[in-house]
Amino acid sequence: MTTYLEYWLRMTQCALKGSRAYYVWLFILLVFISLGGVSYYHHLTEGLEVTNMTDQVSWGLGIANFVYFVGVAASAVLLVYPAYIKKHKEIKEVVIIGEQLAFTAIVMCLLFIFTDIGRPERLWHLMPFLGGKLNLPSSLLAWDVVVFNVYLILNMHIPGYLLYTLYRGEKPKWYLYSPFVMISIFFAISIHTVTAFLLSGLGTRYFWNTAIMAPRFLVSAFAVGPAILFIILHVVKRYSLLDVKAPVFEYFKNVMRVTLPVNLFLLGCELFKELYPDTLHASSAHYLFFGLDGHNMLTKFIWPAIAMNITAMIIVVTPKLRAHPIWFLAACILSIVGIWVEKGMGLIFPGFIPTPLGEIVEYAPNLGEIFVSLGITALGALIFTVITKVSITILTGGLRMPSEDDPFEPRIIRHD
Amino acid sequence: MLVEKKLKAKVSRRQFLKGLVAVTATAAATGSSSTAKAFLWEEYFQKHYKNLSPEDKQKVFARIENETKKKYGVDVKVSDPPPLKGVKFAYGLNLTKCNGNRLCVAACQKENNLDRSFGYIKVLEIDKGTMNLEKGNRYYEGTVPKEGKFYLPIQCNQCEQPPCTRACPIEATWKEPDGIVVVDYDWCIGCRYCQAACPYEARHFNFHTPEIPAEEINPNQSYLSNRIRKRGVIEKCTFCLHRTRNGKFPACLEACPTGARKFGNILDPNSDIYYIMKHKNVFVLKEDLNTIPQFFYYFD
Repeated sequence: MTTYLEYWLRMTQCALKGSRAYYVWLFILLVFISLGGVSYYHHLTEGLEVTNMTDQVSWGLGIANFVYFVGVAASAVLLVYPAYIKKHKEIKEVVIIGEQLAFTAIVMCLLFIFTDIGRPERLWHLMPFLGGKLNLPSSLLAWDVVVFNVYLILNMHIPGYLLYTLYRGEKPKWYLYSPFVMISIFFAISIHTVTAFLLSGLGTRYFWNTAIMAPRFLVSAFAVGPAILFIILHVVKRYSLLDVKAPVFEYFKNVMRVTLPVNLFLLGCELFKELYPDTLHASSAHYLFFGLDGHNMLTKFIWPAIAMNITAMIIVVTPKLRAHPIWFLAACILSIVGIWVEKGMGLIFPGFIPTPLGEIVEYAPNLGEIFVSLGITALGALIFTVITKVSITILTGGLRMPSEDDPFEPRIIRHD
Repeated sequence: MLVEKKLKAKVSRRQFLKGLVAVTATAAATGSSSTAKAFLWEEYFQKHYKNLSPEDKQKVFARIENETKKKYGVDVKVSDPPPLKGVKFAYGLNLTKCNGNRLCVAACQKENNLDRSFGYIKVLEIDKGTMNLEKGNRYYEGTVPKEGKFYLPIQCNQCEQPPCTRACPIEATWKEPDGIVVVDYDWCIGCRYCQAACPYEARHFNFHTPEIPAEEINPNQSYLSNRIRKRGVIEKCTFCLHRTRNGKFPACLEACPTGARKFGNILDPNSDIYYIMKHKNVFVLKEDLNTIPQFFYYFD
């Protein structure tokens, strides 16, 4: 027990120590977190009335970001699967970063929901052990609560356990993590599938009520995830002692070569299904892509987003461009932004426009909502930065249990 | 406005947390706590309506009555009339008679203590010759009825297969045995998933604290229907269950001067609604969604 507390103490020390750039980065994040905190406090005291949400468009930027970051969380499976199942050596060296990205993204998702509900103090109603009621099996939202929490715990346990054994200089016991790895692969798919079902399960929202929602979600997640990880691992390689080997980056490139085109293909399928029969059920799609009765706020965003996705796809499928680091970096950024628009605001907002009774009320988030979302994103970045810094220090041998208390010599063990 | 602010302070989270700390502090110091703070505690840990014992209910109703007295200075009576055996409510609306006067909307607002900025009933003015709701206008003005238009009032359809209750993650909304879909306003967390699920826009979310003129408050209140709501929760039409379960008609029906509205127990062969189902060609809205509405429209 004392060893464990000591471990946490030493990790905290490690997290608080850093270069000047590290402090500046944390400070910038803290500024955004504070802005978000102040805005959320405003939401709490004045009510959600101060947002731009209405009875007509009752979910806004928070839920859009929620859906997006569920994808980021799910994409960790792209590292977990080759690392643990395929025993890919180079990927296994960095898999912990993927798991921690998943952990962070889940925390962010929970915060996006928490800050969006009208009565956050009643959250215990979701916890059966405190006297709450989960409406299982019928409510998809209740299922989401379950799969999110399981995935959160798995992504705390697996890297947490492996890092702790590494810190103690022991070999991890396979049965304490391998079974959980298998389960986490299943749950990575589950969190995104359940979230897709949450939307596609609403018969009255024709724009969401489509069978390819879940596949689209997964494919777009597997397009965004590698793009984010590609950038993160470049930063890690450059600024830390952890050596990220070339095959890892090659692997991401190969994944994106598949997922970016498939993502666009599925978007095309959706567009065809909506626009060719041109039934009244296609009103939301009309609104999104062309505007409806003079309302066209989202068209200004969706076309640039599609252009970004197409550009990113052209880069990743063209061997010469793909091989060029700057071009590929551009492809990553373009797909991160493009899919954020397409899958966030381009998916959630039009679901409400027009309303089931045919009213068109447009929605654009106000500054307060933007600050809350930015704050949560900054908090996510902060959590991720800190835990990644600590875990890299452990992975590269910079943090070990002092050897005088330890029967074994401290040594670096790769957990395989 | 001052009263409004005071109430806000009473229920705000900050105050609650302060109260929480204070309760713990007083309890630790003296072994007792003031009743006002105990109220907050009880409110916070109040059980789901279905798990309340008769004694719990009396306490909760008394608390609500007290709150209303404090905020508005009005004496109200809160009860919870149970669903009657052998009763299944349904609504019939004669679109030939409805002329779009919207007296039902106003009566509903008063009866159900609604914030005056919205209504449970939305009346759509639609061009004759189409049923495309997107062509409808719910903000029409001027004298009614207008030439070439018909009027389609829409409220909660009290569906047999309600998508809203299925959506709710915590069973804060459910269908009662007499067919009425209700919300426990003290249990709802305000996620608004039910609102996204409803095909009839029957649900309203209280983005702000409802504002009701004190002199217009309806003192005959029930826990699951027209008691005054708080901010951050969902509410909806309950077929005026505090009236209809006591043998009265819903307020919208009584307010209607045209006789377009018919209501009753569909299991009772002597009821108006039974007659309508038997003799008129009725239809429901969005039948393709298979929500099986209990709100029937017909033309004469």
